[in-house]
Amino acid sequence: MQVLLNGDPHSLEQDYTIEELIGNLDIDGKFAVEINQNIIPRSQYSSTQLKPGDNIEIVQAIGGG
Amino acid sequence: MPDVKQDELIVAGTTYSSRLLVGTGKYKDLIETQNAIETSGAQIVTVAIRRTNIGQNKNEPNLLEVISPDQYTILPNTAGCYDAESAIRTCKLARELLDDHDLVKLEVLGDEKTLYPDIPATLEAAEKLIKENFKVMVYTTDDPVMAKRFEELGCVAVMPLAAPIGSGLGIRNPYNIRTIVENASVPILVDAGVGTASDAAIAMELGCDGVLMNTAIAEAKNPILMASAMKKAIESGREAYLAGRMPRRAYASASSPIDGRFF
Repeated sequence: MQVLLNGDPHSLEQDYTIEELIGNLDIDGKFAVEINQNIIPRSQYSSTQLKPGDNIEIVQAIGGG
Repeated sequence: MPDVKQDELIVAGTTYSSRLLVGTGKYKDLIETQNAIETSGAQIVTVAIRRTNIGQNKNEPNLLEVISPDQYTILPNTAGCYDAESAIRTCKLARELLDDHDLVKLEVLGDEKTLYPDIPATLEAAEKLIKENFKVMVYTTDDPVMAKRFEELGCVAVMPLAAPIGSGLGIRNPYNIRTIVENASVPILVDAGVGTASDAAIAMELGCDGVLMNTAIAEAKNPILMASAMKKAIESGREAYLAGRMPRRAYASASSPIDGRFF
């Protein structure tokens, strides 16, 4: 299925959870996840299944003033 | 001599011995960021919230590994937001990212050339964030009426600009900054516009509770040395403010006695 991941089209297996997505992306450090502009608490990563067309944003802290 | 060590900054109930707040942008690399921040003695450090680089720079360390939330109060900003909605969204992501951390630096910009804040949008965002239990440190213009309005709304600190962000033009309107300080019962921090150590000292001499800066340190030829200079300037300015400066006079006043002259 197709989703939008940080603004870019991304192909995923059907029925992926956020936890599985994160595991495959190999992301370091602290991050937060939003799907269709709703924040997904860390405790719900394993129970939240992604759907075709989901708009996923994964953000982190970077240098800024 | 009064114990200046007892003179601490309190923001949202937390006590800080340093009155210098620093940003983490524009540094050459994370090592320089870390060194500059350590040297500055800052305890509150701003960060921006942006998309994670997926599949790129895998070996690049994460900012929060270098500037640890265990050691510093991390202050996520809403830099780059031009409307209330994106600022609120950024704050909510930051709160999740930083494990329910609720202290944020709110800035809602209105113009790319000056990076001046959009005040109506900032008010709207501040009101909604406060309702959602965020502790808002707000970036605003050096307008005493607006500064008071933000305080009345419940912002935990009001942060007027001294000059446009990244301009290094120094305190453009010291009289407004002083008026804002006089009116305030929350901390007033100059945020943006400081270019060099004397600017920081002037802000503190005006009675500001602290100064937040980024470019003045990061864009110095030697950022680590400038971080050290800024630390001293903030301390000097604060001590001078507490000491109470002499009155200004139009004409000279001899330092040596007139009496007892033998000539």
